[in-house]
Formats: sequence, structure tokens, C-alpha cells
Amino acid sequence: MARAAVPGRLTWRVAKLAEARTETPTARTLVLDVPGWPGHLAGQHVDVRLTAEDGYTAQRSYSIAAPADGDRIELTIQAVPEGEVSPYLIDVYGTGDPVEVRGPVGGWFVWRPTSMDPVLLVAGGSGIVPLMAMIRARRAAGSRIPFRLIYSVRTPGDVYYADELRRRARDDAGLDVTYAYTREVPEGWPNPPHRIGVADVNTNGWPPALTPDCYVCGPTGFVEAVADILVALGHDPRRVRTERFGPTGG
Amino acid sequence: MGIVTPGFRGRPRSSGPDLPPGQYLTHDFPVLSAGPTPRVPMDRWEFVITTETSRAHRWTWADMMALPSETPTVDIHCVTKWSKLGTTWQGVSLDTLMSDVDTAADYALVQSYGGYTTNLPLTDLLDGQAWLAYKFDGEDLHPEHGGPARMLIPHLYFWKSAKWVRGIQLRFDNEPGFWETAGYHDYGDPWREQRYQGD
Repeated sequence: MARAAVPGRLTWRVAKLAEARTETPTARTLVLDVPGWPGHLAGQHVDVRLTAEDGYTAQRSYSIAAPADGDRIELTIQAVPEGEVSPYLIDVYGTGDPVEVRGPVGGWFVWRPTSMDPVLLVAGGSGIVPLMAMIRARRAAGSRIPFRLIYSVRTPGDVYYADELRRRARDDAGLDVTYAYTREVPEGWPNPPHRIGVADVNTNGWPPALTPDCYVCGPTGFVEAVADILVALGHDPRRVRTERFGPTGG
Repeated sequence: MGIVTPGFRGRPRSSGPDLPPGQYLTHDFPVLSAGPTPRVPMDRWEFVITTETSRAHRWTWADMMALPSETPTVDIHCVTKWSKLGTTWQGVSLDTLMSDVDTAADYALVQSYGGYTTNLPLTDLLDGQAWLAYKFDGEDLHPEHGGPARMLIPHLYFWKSAKWVRGIQLRFDNEPGFWETAGYHDYGDPWREQRYQGD
């Protein structure tokens, strides 16, 4: 089992928005400057705390989208309809504005560049975020570990990091990226829209005999389905790490 | 008070029940687990309490169903910040299961099908604070939520309420479990916001 990535106390730090990028109409990447950031592993997340003028606070957890880069961290926020925090972070939160963050959190759903086994990443919707951190960390470390990403989205317009993924699939040797569309496919796509199934995972994943590390992230139903498929295909359940994103009011 | 984030207002303050610090209310039932959902065949299911002297107390599914059950209605608090209030369960009190167990142990390591573990002081399992739960909202506990049976220890963050539970090891020493080894708090009291190591 993974040991703690961060010993000692996690303190709240003031972070300021350095820049922001629109990923899709409902998702925004925040690049935060966090003086004193202790570093993190790909796959970890942070707690974000917002305080209103009357002292009211709200906390949420968000996955980190990129490997450690000094005092800079990147989060990608998906809008939760009727949410309390995410609409603010997407529509209102401006450059230079402070929030508080603490982390990194989570020592299990992480990929370390020292790991030698092939990696299968399976993302459902906004579940791509911590997996993208792993893809970027692999590149940053110059790792040659073979990676495969299966990315399930509703429509082509819902793909986060679309240009970068296209570029990395071309330039990062040993990275394969395949897409599964559940509602609408690109023009000329060979298959109709469908939920990810055994055939997708079997064709675009790794054979269990290669003992890949599998990371599955997305909404609960998606994660349950994919994890069950991986186990049914013969993958060791202990090598299937899951992280679930739910629209739970965020 | 923390640093004010300009323009952030949050939800209306008006009403609402008291929640532990940093928590927000949810009405659905989110799932959190670290790996695939183990499927446990009922005919092979068993629950085993092992004492510090290696004495094992075993219950089959039929044994457990023959024990008196309780239907606690409790609030649950997940370390990922959601709280769900007034959840109703059915299960066997740990007081019932422990009534014939002779032990001087101070700690418990709860073990699950699939390999998950979590630790807590033995006293937190006793005196009406913990159940071996097999129904939620009147229905058999769904595998996603820990069925056939899970721990229910609502006064601690919900990761302590191990899903797919198969037994408890009673120990003199405090052996950290799965999340406790991965940076989360050893005890996990939501009212003291003990989320992570050092909180």
C-alpha cells in the first residue's frame, strides 16, 4: 500500500489566481500561485476554501491537473449545476483574487515516475483531470513507461485539453489516446455513440498479463462499470485504483 | 476569519442544520472507494472477530441474521466534505457481537473483502456507537455502498465505516489502516475536523 505522500500537518495557504484557461463551456483551468507549496504527486488533490465577507466559508476538493511546478498548481473545475462553489470559480473568480488551499491530499490514486509498469488510464468526463496530471508528469520526467488513455466523453466538444492531447498523442512516444463518445461522435467516426464496454477496454487497454497499473476516474456509475470490466478481464483488483467524481453540490 | 475571496457569497445562510466544520449537505448518497467493488458470495460470507490472543469468533450470514438487530437513524459525514442527515440503517450492534468476546485490547483493525482496512480505538466500537449494517433505507445494502454488510460508525468520518467488512482484529497496538497510511487522520472526528494527519 502507498505510504503517505505528505507527512506532517497540512496547513492552509493563500493562493492567488495567476491565469485561467477555458477548457469547455462548462470547465475552466485555474493556474494558482501558492507561495510555499510543498510539491505533489500526479493524481493528488487539494482542498480549496472560500470565505465570504461575512466570514461564511465553503470547502471543496479538486484534483490537480498538472505535475508540481514550483509554487504553481493547476486545477480544472467542472461546473456543477446549482453548485455553490464551482460556478463562482468558473464565472467570477478573477486574476489576483485570493483563495485558501491546503494539500496535497491523497496518497493512493497517484502515479510515480519511478514506477516501471505500463499504465492504463480510463477517464469519464471531468475524471480526466488527475489522469492528465499523470500524462503530463510522465512527459515532464522523460519517462518511457507505456501509457494508454481511454477517454469517455459525451460529445467531441466535451474533451478537456483537446489540443494538448492531440499533440501529446503524436509527440510523446509510448502514449496512446483513444476516445469513446456516449452521445455524439465526430464526423466520420466509425462507431455510433455508446457507453464504454468490455470491447473498448479490451481493445484499447493492456492485457492483464502485462500487470498494468490501472487508474479509473469519473462519475460513480462509470467507475463501477469500468472497474468491474477490468476485474472481469482478469486484472488484479489491487492494481485497479479508482477515484469518483460526483455532482454532490459542489 | 480566513482571507476573504472577493465576490464569493455562498449559499443563503438563513436556515439549515448544524454541520461539522467544512462540511456541506447532500441529499444523494455519493460513493467513495479506492478500487473495484468486491462481490462477496453470501454462502461464503463470514464475519470474524479475532482477539489479541488469536481467538476467533465467527458468524455466518445466517448466524448474523439470527442476532437481534437495531435500526439506527444517524447523520453521516464523509471526509470529502459531504454530510447526509437522518440516514436509516439496519444492523447488529457491535455490543451484541462483542458480548461474548473476552479481550483486553485497546485497538481494532477493521478488515474488508478486497483488502481495505481501517483502525480505531476499541472503545469507539462499543456503547451503542457502531453497527454491522446490512440494510440501508429498508433495502438490502447495495454492493456500491458496502453490501452485503458494512460497518456503521457514524460519529467518525465515513471512511472508518468500512464497506464489505469481513472482520475485526483486536490488538494491543494501533496499526494504521488504508487511508490512515495514506495521509488521513488516525482518529477522524468530524466535529474536530480531523481530516488529515496532524489536524
